Amino acid sequence: MRPFDYLAPTDAATAVRTVATNPTATYLAGGTNLVDHLKLGITHPDLLVDTAAITTAGITDHHGGLLIGAATRNSDIAADHRVRTRYPALAEALLSGASGQLRNMATAAGNPLQRTRCPYFQDATTPCNKRRPGSGCAAIGGHTRGHAILGASDHCVATHPSDMAVALTALDATLHILGPDGPRTLPCTDLHRLPGTDPTRDTVLEHGDLITAIELPHNPLARRSRYRKVRDRASYAFALVSVAAALETTDGIITDARLAFGGVAHKPWRAYRAEQALLGQPANDTTYRTAAEAELTDAQPLNGLDGGNSFKVPLLTRTVIATLRNLDQR
Amino acid sequence: MDHHRRVDTEITTRVDGVTRTVLVDTRTTLLDALRERLGTTSPKKGCDHGQCGACTVLLDGRRVLACLTLAVTTTGKDVTTADGLAPDGHLHPVQQAFLDNDALQCGYCTPGQVCSAVGALDELANGHPSHAGDVTTDPQLTRAEIAERMSGNLCRCGTYTNIITAVEQAARA
Amino acid sequence: MNAIGQDIPRRDGHAKVTGNATYAYETDVDNAAYCALLQATIAKGHITEIDITDALALPGVLTILTPGDVQKLAHVDNPELAVLQDNHIAYRGQIIGAVIADTSEIARHATELIHLSYHVDDHDSAFTADRDDLHTPKALVTGAPADTTTGDVDTAMRTAPHTIDHTYSTATNHNNPLEPHATTALWQDDTLVLWDSTQGVHAVRTDLAEVLRLRPDQVRVICPYVGGGFGAKGEPHAHVVIAALAARALPCRPVRLALTRAQMFTLVGYRPPTVQHTRLAADDTGALTAIAITSTSPTSAMREYVEHAAAPTRMMYAAPNRATRHRLAALDIAVPTWMRAPGECPGMFGPEVAIDELATALGIDPIDLRVANEPEVDPETGKPFSSRNLVACLRQGADRFGWADRAPRREGDWLVGTGVAAAVFPAFTNRATASIRYERGHYVVEIGAADLGTGAWTVLPQIAADALGVPLHLVDIGIGDTTYPYASVAGGSTGTATWGSAVLVAAETFRDKFGTDPTEGDEAEGSHDTGPFNEHYSTYAFGAQFAEVRVHADTAEIRVPRLLGVFAAGRIINPRTARSQFTGGMTMGLSMALHETSSLDPRFGHVINHDLAEYHIASCADATDVQAYWIDEEDPHVNPLGAKGIGEIGIVGTAAAIVNAAHHATGVRVRDLPLTLDKLLPGLP
Repeated sequence: MRPFDYLAPTDAATAVRTVATNPTATYLAGGTNLVDHLKLGITHPDLLVDTAAITTAGITDHHGGLLIGAATRNSDIAADHRVRTRYPALAEALLSGASGQLRNMATAAGNPLQRTRCPYFQDATTPCNKRRPGSGCAAIGGHTRGHAILGASDHCVATHPSDMAVALTALDATLHILGPDGPRTLPCTDLHRLPGTDPTRDTVLEHGDLITAIELPHNPLARRSRYRKVRDRASYAFALVSVAAALETTDGIITDARLAFGGVAHKPWRAYRAEQALLGQPANDTTYRTAAEAELTDAQPLNGLDGGNSFKVPLLTRTVIATLRNLDQR
Repeated sequence: MDHHRRVDTEITTRVDGVTRTVLVDTRTTLLDALRERLGTTSPKKGCDHGQCGACTVLLDGRRVLACLTLAVTTTGKDVTTADGLAPDGHLHPVQQAFLDNDALQCGYCTPGQVCSAVGALDELANGHPSHAGDVTTDPQLTRAEIAERMSGNLCRCGTYTNIITAVEQAARA
Repeated sequence: MNAIGQDIPRRDGHAKVTGNATYAYETDVDNAAYCALLQATIAKGHITEIDITDALALPGVLTILTPGDVQKLAHVDNPELAVLQDNHIAYRGQIIGAVIADTSEIARHATELIHLSYHVDDHDSAFTADRDDLHTPKALVTGAPADTTTGDVDTAMRTAPHTIDHTYSTATNHNNPLEPHATTALWQDDTLVLWDSTQGVHAVRTDLAEVLRLRPDQVRVICPYVGGGFGAKGEPHAHVVIAALAARALPCRPVRLALTRAQMFTLVGYRPPTVQHTRLAADDTGALTAIAITSTSPTSAMREYVEHAAAPTRMMYAAPNRATRHRLAALDIAVPTWMRAPGECPGMFGPEVAIDELATALGIDPIDLRVANEPEVDPETGKPFSSRNLVACLRQGADRFGWADRAPRREGDWLVGTGVAAAVFPAFTNRATASIRYERGHYVVEIGAADLGTGAWTVLPQIAADALGVPLHLVDIGIGDTTYPYASVAGGSTGTATWGSAVLVAAETFRDKFGTDPTEGDEAEGSHDTGPFNEHYSTYAFGAQFAEVRVHADTAEIRVPRLLGVFAAGRIINPRTARSQFTGGMTMGLSMALHETSSLDPRFGHVINHDLAEYHIASCADATDVQAYWIDEEDPHVNPLGAKGIGEIGIVGTAAAIVNAAHHATGVRVRDLPLTLDKLLPGLP
């Protein structure tokens, strides 16, 4: 790990200017991903700017929804009764991620910004276009069990690891951002990007942008939401696939739905096509299967050393069916 | 880049009830500050990447991983290790329960398990939900709840069944 | 009252629950320096240039060790220990340098400032069992031949009414003790002190003295506590030599070296994968007419290691026609080593699943099928077993587990099934000496043994107390120091039996010499020697593993809500620590069954999932109900103590029981470990 300076500013605007004007500066929040990456030699900042004193912790009522301060710990979000009852998918997503200790450290803003767990990205001795542009993608032709089936490119097949971000994407959350040009908002669905030819960038945020809060909009549908994560270990493991879903039915007919997938793409995958396929249809396994398959028509599983990741297609389909069935029966 | 610059910083932190001032590198983790600079070796380094839980300490009363916490961020904070849970050698109920149920073998993950259990029981008492239960209702003290909440602490010797029993015993004590 | 057999809490328990037990890296030394390793990023070739100018210029860097720039080491059998002797690279990750600095941050940083150029040779790291360059090892680690044949398996297979002929495989597993390998080294007054995390202080002293060209009395190795080893700390690896060289470069200054978790996937061994072509032939009653296995594994071109997975098939079941073979592929990869129950652990996977497959094919209960094939004598040697209580383990386990009425069922979203497998592990002993000294009314037992969590701190005093006929609290114990008498490595489940037997002899000698009223300072030694205690018998521990498995009907997620084992392992010294040994092994077996696989990428030559987030070991939520029981067994033929060793048998057969249970639950037969959901998914409705 290379040496770096450390600043703990108390004024957000100054901090944003500091980072925005210094390409080697980066924000430090919970540190659970950044400190890991410093040790792995994935990133080499010259300056860490601590966000502890420039972001707030806490959840407030906001236009019928909730506003989650950027510094709010993951465990505190999941423990909040308003979140648990009005946005259960978000609480479930948070609780299905990491461990109790990590959830006590990781922040609301930091969680969606965590970077891929692709083992080649994390091993600085192997090629990786995300880590070292132009060096190649070692995952292609390598171990791809955890990799993408949707939206990947020849340059990168990594998946996004956050559970929380999948729930936020399904629940139409909005980010409050302070940038060098002042505050703005950004829908969570637009935060993450596909790798394309530039996998170095995970999100559309500009250098210096500081997430200050996450807004959960008022939506009764979110009360009937849940997050279903499928993983290899019973706990403390990243998703093979995950589904955040919300479902509203009237007389057995689906009237509204939200669906997002994790573990299958470079970003939390909002399944708009599947949502469309659900609307107006009877709430049953056939409908759910048709919807999942509609979303997965473009799926491109990867070959790989241990048999690749083609299992994710049927696994995700079956997980969608199980999750929606479970929601309907709730 | 100037590789030669020194980035030493003085921090003052309460460790197991004693205020300690120590010079650290900005790169120094809380774990390395404790183990290599303060001689507090109760928290263990098992992976150094937040993947095993052996370095678990209580920071201002909450369980966190010392290996992913930069020491410079801990000034003015309160750190409790498993050693600090047993002032004058008088064991905490969780530690006693670990002994009673042989919830340890090699002992390397044990201080982290103990701190984690103390934090987990506190979270449970405060009504924090877990993946093992329904988030819309209050959590209950069950073996499944304990197992889920203790899953951030790996034990390669495989003492999990005894750890669950120990934590359950401590919770009911 | 006898101390042996009593449920005694661990003597080291208090120190461990508070974290005050000091492990190697934590040794309280003044002014420690820190050592960080530099590793090769090619799999084969040599270094053409190494430039340490920038690294040396970094303030705080004390010295840098590079190839060819260190002491010429003595040639020893283990090429792993010949560190930095030349520029050659035999596997990716090999140590090619080390930085010693004032702080660990500076040492690690400096390794990034060393500039390297390589000449890269083509490497070959891809293991398959059908390579055309497989070779037959000269012998197994036990000295047994690589291949054995009795009768004619091929003919039996052709003529039998029922046959099983499948290939099973186990994955590469890394031992991954929670404590990374670590050494604190101090060179002072022509003496080297190593506080090393090891399963055997004397083995480290012997090897290090030899390679460093020192007299053994110039090397002291200390290790009171070991944070797990499971074989990976069974002998010194390269980093211990590096630590010693670093200390020598900085006389009078202690040097600390701990491996990173990632380095543990390269530098300290692993269980190689096995591909097990397994064949069974049986008559209509289930009696085996043939049993055969060929086990193929990779090894390192640098140093041969044979995973003797075909060995247990030689003695497990009766059959007139038998064949076992071992084959190896020597590759440009890191060096494998022992991992908990080497040979038996992987070797009781394929055959025990095959037996289950045969039972299913015949419609016979798998317990009854095993009972029907009990041999009267050891089929390998023709000798009687000193004790063989496999059937009792199976029967008692069936009762305790609730094996009867085991029809597969569905509970909610979960498909539920049960499975069984047998376990076996050889019982042998090694060489050790113990001393007993009378001091201030206490008997001080000293022996250079190790406690890896196995309970040596606790059980050796129990043995001594009974042998001396004194209350347990009057026995003090010292282990983990080469100033204590020689003791064998804690490995092969030989520790307690070996060291305990030495303690028995020492106690007897002590009483013979000094009677029951000794005076201050009276001291006696006693030894136990390697070799069969009674060569007329074949000596093994046995066990039966039972598993309940639940498979999610939609997602194929796999859970093991219950594991139950019953073992016959001779005399149990301390039921508390023994139970933990058994259940710990079973839990590691569960982990092997469901999770563990090191993904080697042959394009690079190294394991790519080299951390604990990607290399999964079981978490607490995976193993919530693991129970162990045992048969009271008196076996006077194994050793003076009558104990067979319990550290390893718990992991044997567990994976087979789980895979068999998953088949019972789903009807899907998985023959390749680990049992992950993607392997079950295609077979679910």
